[in-house]
Amino acid sequence: MVERRPWLDFLSHGILILGVIVIAFPVYVTFVASTLSLEEIMSMPMPLWPGDRLIENYSQVLFAGTSTGSTAPVATMLFNSTVVALCITIGKIAISLISAFAIVYFRFPFRMFFFWMIFITLMLPVEVRIIPTFQVIADLGMLNSYAGLTLPLIASATATFLFRQFFMTIPDELAEAARMDGAGPMRFFWDVVLPLSKTSMAALFVIQFIYGWNQYLWPLLITTDESMYTVVIGIKRMIVGGDAANEWHLVMATAMLALLPPAAVVLLMQKWFIKGLVETEK
Amino acid sequence: MAAVSIRNVHKSFGAVKVIQGISMDIADGEFVVMVGPSGCGKSTLLRMVAGLEAITSGEIAIGDRVVNNLEPKDRNIAMVFQNYALYPHMSVYDNMAYGLRIQGRTKADIDQRVQRAAEILELSKLLKRRPRELSGGQRQRVAMGRAIVREPTVFLFDEPLSNLDAKLRVQMRSELQSLHQRLKTTTLYVTHDQVEAMTLAHRMLIMNAGRSEQIGAPLEVYQKPATTFVAGFIGSPPMNLIPGRIGEGGKVLAADGDARVRLPEPRSAYDGRNVLLGVRPEHFDTCEPGAALMSPDIDFIELLGSDSLVYGHLGADKSGARVAARLHTSVVAKEGRLPLRFAAEHMHLFDPESGKRLEA
Repeated sequence: MVERRPWLDFLSHGILILGVIVIAFPVYVTFVASTLSLEEIMSMPMPLWPGDRLIENYSQVLFAGTSTGSTAPVATMLFNSTVVALCITIGKIAISLISAFAIVYFRFPFRMFFFWMIFITLMLPVEVRIIPTFQVIADLGMLNSYAGLTLPLIASATATFLFRQFFMTIPDELAEAARMDGAGPMRFFWDVVLPLSKTSMAALFVIQFIYGWNQYLWPLLITTDESMYTVVIGIKRMIVGGDAANEWHLVMATAMLALLPPAAVVLLMQKWFIKGLVETEK
Repeated sequence: MAAVSIRNVHKSFGAVKVIQGISMDIADGEFVVMVGPSGCGKSTLLRMVAGLEAITSGEIAIGDRVVNNLEPKDRNIAMVFQNYALYPHMSVYDNMAYGLRIQGRTKADIDQRVQRAAEILELSKLLKRRPRELSGGQRQRVAMGRAIVREPTVFLFDEPLSNLDAKLRVQMRSELQSLHQRLKTTTLYVTHDQVEAMTLAHRMLIMNAGRSEQIGAPLEVYQKPATTFVAGFIGSPPMNLIPGRIGEGGKVLAADGDARVRLPEPRSAYDGRNVLLGVRPEHFDTCEPGAALMSPDIDFIELLGSDSLVYGHLGADKSGARVAARLHTSVVAKEGRLPLRFAAEHMHLFDPESGKRLEA
């Protein structure tokens, strides 16, 4: 807007600042709590300035864990979460890329049937098929393993659909030019389709990494061994019962630590993420 | 380099017959343009030569090999697409080198070929750029470069100039011509633009609705169109086609709306026969009313500068045959009757049923 309207500026900034406070305040409280001792948190009212136990609390959760509920060190959990989130993300992207490639570029019998089969699984998220999936994973002996944590979450109709839509915008002539150049289908995939999909892959990476990192129900079901906890499950396990029994300062520190990797991924890949969602580079 | 032979080729998509039996022999080094309105099957025919479409029946041979079942890469051809189809993520150099790398050539060989092609096409300074950083004409040249580096036996062009603006099109047209003179590679070129066809072709294949209407050198096609379709397609504005019956011992054409056209030379062989009389607008001359072969009523005039296009109709009412004449502006009257004549060698007679030319 070109006009100067001081009141409008004032109002819009006010609303924005209010919004930021509403979102950021709980995070701030979490951070403050993670630097206090348990007694300080329990006192009424809880102090709103950071305490002096920052390093102490964080090093305790990272390397020793809490004494109630879960006793596994959070460093292990963070490692587990990272492995799980990366496996899910990379697995999803890899499988979706090849299935979308097959559906768009090959004429095989029942092509549309398979496409709709994939599409219909959109209606069957993990929560809906959780009992049979659990049975399968249990029978395969994959409880308490990375394979069990990731495999059922890897198939992705959303990503397949997204890549399919993207591939369909690649002009047919490009595939034909590659054929004239003598590139076989897989060569075309590696040399042309993949480089062109870079930005879409980056966008999906961000979305799927957060999706994998935040998995709750599934890991909760299939991990019983503390050494296989993801950090999200770790937080849940630390909260065992009544208010007083929990080491809230350590729970809060864990929560802060659980927050960092997804935030880092978003910040680092922001540019690519936006590019992937809006850009059509052809 | 190689000759290309198309033998009674058919193509159908399901029940739709797109190409209905086309045969043509293309000599080694010849520049052949396939021209026709959109949907006539010319691109499909080219894509069958390229190997991008399967051949329903018939045979295509390149050199002495029948290539019906060969993959495009094994046909030793190169194609330039209408939208260029450059790889957007590769530099100009890589775009040209990609096919050579797949062939497994040595780095030195690839580099030498790309540099040479870049030199011919004046792309040497642009080799590091991406396609999106190039203008339309430059992209077009890269697409040609990609074809040249492979040193194919046949070049295939699918409407390569239709995405360029008018001025650039003229320039690229002459570049294409000099390129062909330099490389002397057999070339098949598809266009819907008759000017491109006339200027570039050694021979042209005029197609309509999946059939070949005429094959011949541009001048031959212009001077002796084999069908009314060709007569209307080549030349602008198209040839006048006046329906009527030849009478009075072959001296006169009785056109609809009781108009009469005198023929410059009697055609007694066709006396009493229904024909279409064809005369190109540019072959009319004005004359004294007494010497006129026909005198259409002027409807309106389009001024082109030194020439004018005069549109009129024959006969008393407006239902008579329409006639367009291209005349020098100085001799054009504003309205009334326009006495016109034309020479005997510019008279064409067609059969009104089949549309075929009546005399050779």
